[in-house]
Amino acid sequence: MGTGLFLQAQEQPWILWDWLFTHVSRFTDALQQHIQLTLVAVALALVISIPLGVAAHRWRAVRNPAYVVFGIFYTIPSIALFALLIPYTGLSATTAEIGLVGYAVLIILRNVVVGLDSVPPDVVDAADGMGYRPIARLLRVELPLALPAIFAGVRIATVTTIGLVTITAVIGLGGLGQLILQGLVDNFRTPLVVATVLSIALAFVADLFLFGVQRLALPWSRGV
Amino acid sequence: MAAIESLIKWFADPSHWSGPDGIPTRLLEHIQISAESVAIGALIALPIGIVLGHYGRMGNLAINLSNVGRALPSFGILVIAFQIFGLGDLPIILSLTALAIPPMVTNSYVGLREVDPDIKDAARGMGYRALAQLLRVELPLAIPLVMAGIRTSAVQVVATATLAALIAGGGFGRYIIDGLAQFDYSKLFAGAVLVALLALATEVSLAGLERLLTPPGIRLVKVAAASRATTFKTA
Repeated sequence: MGTGLFLQAQEQPWILWDWLFTHVSRFTDALQQHIQLTLVAVALALVISIPLGVAAHRWRAVRNPAYVVFGIFYTIPSIALFALLIPYTGLSATTAEIGLVGYAVLIILRNVVVGLDSVPPDVVDAADGMGYRPIARLLRVELPLALPAIFAGVRIATVTTIGLVTITAVIGLGGLGQLILQGLVDNFRTPLVVATVLSIALAFVADLFLFGVQRLALPWSRGV
Repeated sequence: MAAIESLIKWFADPSHWSGPDGIPTRLLEHIQISAESVAIGALIALPIGIVLGHYGRMGNLAINLSNVGRALPSFGILVIAFQIFGLGDLPIILSLTALAIPPMVTNSYVGLREVDPDIKDAARGMGYRALAQLLRVELPLAIPLVMAGIRTSAVQVVATATLAALIAGGGFGRYIIDGLAQFDYSKLFAGAVLVALLALATEVSLAGLERLLTPPGIRLVKVAAASRATTFKTA
């Protein structure tokens, strides 16, 4: 980056409102891609982590390997993971989703296990005494009691994923991250600042929305 | 297979092991910038988390801080810091420090908060003054979670430091960003492997330190701190 460009940046306003108002569609498109990448990641992570969490709660032989495998995966920085996947899945949404789903699985999985572990043994005994078969006991007694913890995991996973999606800009996706990258490459502050703020706002709105859903759908989780 | 072959060739090339773009230099850059950020972050975050946890004050703030940290897109924060401070280490260290603080505050708060009130009563009954009680009773019991917070932060800082290459920073991220820009896939691949290994090494060594620092008396506590620590991922 030349010095001339950099000096010019010093005088640049943080937001050029005129430009912003004529380019609203770029932000809505990016926001839409951002939401889409997040929704797919969290939904797939739920589909994987609930059965896996149930199995991990039952059997230690499943729990430890699952924690180790997803723990190692979670430790790998996303940008490194995307780079490692490029030869196999290319610069595609698949590459992004493999990473995003894997990270979200660890977060939700841990909460599923914690939620199921914290069901009081007396409650399980009572359910057995009332004649519940194992599957019915799981679906109608244990999982409902574990749902508040699972929901907390979904909220953390959603907020985390919204933040991580911006990094997929380096593999040509990115949602709002695209506009951050554009701000960097063109040395143009408006898309950079607006996209960063929108990403933070999206995370808060999603968290608040899920909190609201939790209050309505799981009235027994109030105060947890 | 071809990818692995080119990777081996890349690592076998002696020119990749010396000079300003060599692996040793990039490793040192990466470690230095990460260690500085975690150290500054710890100096700010740990006293806050420990004091809030000790007094049981502002728990919502201490816990929600991690959620605020998760919501911050590290990429955007780095680029904005770059726009404010220009080239150099300052914007990188400031951004990484900001991302390092939340998990350390939350986990040290929870660690101190979870100390059994009966134990605090017993300590007071034995004549411990407030400060001695905090330093010699509560803090040792909270060590697993305090250390888990430091570990979580450190791993995320190492990961996020990779993105610093996007704003002309050093470290292993250089190989990934330059590899992508030059369509040099063996460089890209090598960078990814090095970054992943460094993150894993950070995790493993700090987990070892956590075990060493945990007082022997509470090592057998059933639930490992690792599974109670707040998850945090920014990059």
